[in-house]
Amino acid sequence: MMSSQRENFLLEPERYEFASGPIHHFDLARREFFKILGAGIAVFAITKNTQAQETAPSRGFHAQELPQEISAWLHIGEDGAVTAFSGKAEMGQNIRTSMAQSVADELRVPFESVRMVMGDTALTPFDAGTFGSRTTPTMTPQLRRVACAARDLLVDIAAKEWKVAPEGLQAAGGKVTDPASGRFLTYAALAHGRTLAQNLPAEDPVTPPPDWIIAGQPVPKVDARDFVTGRHQYTPDLRPEGMLYGKILRPPSFGATITSYDDSAAKAISGVFVVRDGDFVGAAAPTEREARNALAAVHAQWKEKLQVSSREIFSYLKSHAEPKVDDRHRNQRGSVEDALTGAAHRLDASYTVAYIAHAPLEPRAAVAEWSGDKLTVQTGSQRPFGVRGELADIFHIPEGNVRVIIPDTGSAYGGKHTGDAAIEAARLARAAGRPVKVVWTREEEFTWAYFRPAGVIEVRSATASDGKLVAWDFHNYHSGSSGIETPYAVPNMRTQYHSVPLVLRSGSYRGLAATANHFARETHMDALAHGAKLDPLEFRLKNLEDVRLRSVLEAAAKKFAWPRASKEGQGFGIAAGNEKGSYVATCAEIAVDKNSGAVRVLRLVTAFECGAIVNPDGLRNQVVGANIQGLGGALFEAIEFENGRITNPRFSRYRVPRFRDIPEIDAILLDRKDLAPAGAGETPIMAVAPAIGSAIFNATGTRLNALPLVPSGLKKT
Amino acid sequence: MPKAIEIEVNGKRYAVHYDPETPLLYVLRDEFGLTGSKYGCGEGQCGACTVLLGGAPRRSCQIPVSAAVGKPVTTIEGLEKDGRLHPVQQAFLDAGAFQCAYCTPGMIMSSVGLLESNADPSSAEIIQSLQGNICRCGTQPRIVDAVHQAAKMMQGRG
Repeated sequence: MMSSQRENFLLEPERYEFASGPIHHFDLARREFFKILGAGIAVFAITKNTQAQETAPSRGFHAQELPQEISAWLHIGEDGAVTAFSGKAEMGQNIRTSMAQSVADELRVPFESVRMVMGDTALTPFDAGTFGSRTTPTMTPQLRRVACAARDLLVDIAAKEWKVAPEGLQAAGGKVTDPASGRFLTYAALAHGRTLAQNLPAEDPVTPPPDWIIAGQPVPKVDARDFVTGRHQYTPDLRPEGMLYGKILRPPSFGATITSYDDSAAKAISGVFVVRDGDFVGAAAPTEREARNALAAVHAQWKEKLQVSSREIFSYLKSHAEPKVDDRHRNQRGSVEDALTGAAHRLDASYTVAYIAHAPLEPRAAVAEWSGDKLTVQTGSQRPFGVRGELADIFHIPEGNVRVIIPDTGSAYGGKHTGDAAIEAARLARAAGRPVKVVWTREEEFTWAYFRPAGVIEVRSATASDGKLVAWDFHNYHSGSSGIETPYAVPNMRTQYHSVPLVLRSGSYRGLAATANHFARETHMDALAHGAKLDPLEFRLKNLEDVRLRSVLEAAAKKFAWPRASKEGQGFGIAAGNEKGSYVATCAEIAVDKNSGAVRVLRLVTAFECGAIVNPDGLRNQVVGANIQGLGGALFEAIEFENGRITNPRFSRYRVPRFRDIPEIDAILLDRKDLAPAGAGETPIMAVAPAIGSAIFNATGTRLNALPLVPSGLKKT
Repeated sequence: MPKAIEIEVNGKRYAVHYDPETPLLYVLRDEFGLTGSKYGCGEGQCGACTVLLGGAPRRSCQIPVSAAVGKPVTTIEGLEKDGRLHPVQQAFLDAGAFQCAYCTPGMIMSSVGLLESNADPSSAEIIQSLQGNICRCGTQPRIVDAVHQAAKMMQGRG
């Protein structure tokens, strides 16, 4: 029996981002729909707002953007081809494949007959964005419901055709069959000659995981051949007829403003358009080189301002917390102060987390084209409708005049929520009267995008003589509230997020602050275990009631053969957590070179459980990938900045994981067919850093409380 | 406009009208429309722009187009022959060795280059020769597996 229990968690408000207004458009008139797709049957699913119960209205502006009633639609053509529409974006997490699997499953058609149209504001239903691990738990069920409604409609059509009751008919293999007579009609035959559009209430039931046929299978990535042949066109690969290349004149530092400006030399170059609009300066030209040369000919002087630098960031964050503490970000029970006072063992510690960059290999890019006052932009973004809102606002045009299309994108990791390149390309295209493409350089990407925020986390805690937690006081300054609540049983606790005004432009990152909060909490738990002279796994299990979290801890430990006695220079660590409805535990083995102090991660064993698995192959890629990405932030990634400038804005100076850094990785996927599927893109990153940090402690006795742990190896004493 | 030079890409001759000092990558992408080779960093650090120049893997963002005169260039678009994928492409496909796949053309070209000079590389040799290619999605373990598989296929063992 499928569990009806819904995870009761909140999406972290995307509080760093530009708010865009509410969007309530239903762009595509029904007539247009059939004009684009041809005749057949279209089903528009009216779903109950499944997000309403998960997102408190007061929490962040995305609450204004929640999907409207119609959240998904699909079309069955006269040839039986199925096209399903979702506003989500594909950026490597493989949802184009997993969503199509679920549609095929529910509609009872072969996987190959389903095509997904995604992330196009003119064609797809409104969607708040592809973030928060929401595609699998919310979008996929909506697609299933619309497919289920379409299946019911096909059965009804067949029943009318045969003048029998629909209840006795069966839908399977792309056709409706009457078992009584053996006759059948294919979906193609049922759709033939119709232009039938129906709004259907699409409620449960959907097929429960134990009955899935196509979902649950390791179906390979859709269109994979286009990716190994170079045929797939990412945004930077688009070259519409007459296109110009756009470049932007960047200020010397954040927040700098123009004090004097002369572009006469640049404007004298033939074929070049130079635009100044406030502090925005850009050029568009027939080649990128000419656009760059034009900007080099612009004389601009800037007024800069003094800004905080990375070497003082943590003391700055701690001392600049907003004095008024937001009650929504506090959770409390019992009396922490009393419990701390009388406890057998007390441990206080402070943790820090540096700013890091997403560094998606495809930099931000956009191609924009105007036709009168209508704007079309293709761009790599996680929020097509959000970018549409930004463009409409900035150009003072109705949202209905803006179409945003997202080509399958070269990754994002939470870094592509905003429409920066889209705005730049559109501004230049408006001046040039031609399509303009803007592709950010790597240096621009490292500087003018946004970062995972730095933070300071302070923990005070106490255990009783039996090793039970009695007090837990946890304060996060600036990095965020995701994953801030402890899963461990403790009678006296307080968690509090303290916001601090932005220093660097900051925003979403895979897992948000859950990585920072798990680093602090799990490192602290390891230190408490050490203080209580208990094995770190035993100590956790002693204080843990959550069976799903216990299960992943036990699965990882079993595979890793925990506990293990370490030899010299070798260390083992374990960490776990749950977030966004899924559960993770990671064991790490590290080696320290005694002479050089270099730390090498030799092995990670990660057990992950996200309910019923939709695509085990795609999931394995995501879990292993999140572990590797987590390794970078754990060991060496850190953005350095000084007075409004990023001082390491290149891959040669910002180290990301490379082949030699990759340990042996075992991903253990626990398939819970009795539970609804949760998202999986983020949570598997969370336990990597604390597991590695604890392994370093195990090897050396040195407790590292800062991320990154060893940007230049362990310091020799 | 400088006098046009000619280079050979994927067995086809092209006249280059861009400045001969322009990095090969921009000529391939912007002038010839061969957009399979990707821009990732512009400093030879990520490998997304890797092509074969005279059979050897090179970062096309770091070499002027003039350096390709007289040396045949192979890009990702030139690997498929008569609808048949190169064994390295096939091995990446079979292993699912990609996520966003933006790094994939560079990974494949670097791997083809490696297998040209070392038909049966060890894991350590694969890792060594792909060290300059970045995959931000973290697909490296599958990429190493795919290169091993490709080596087997090319030797008729797979």
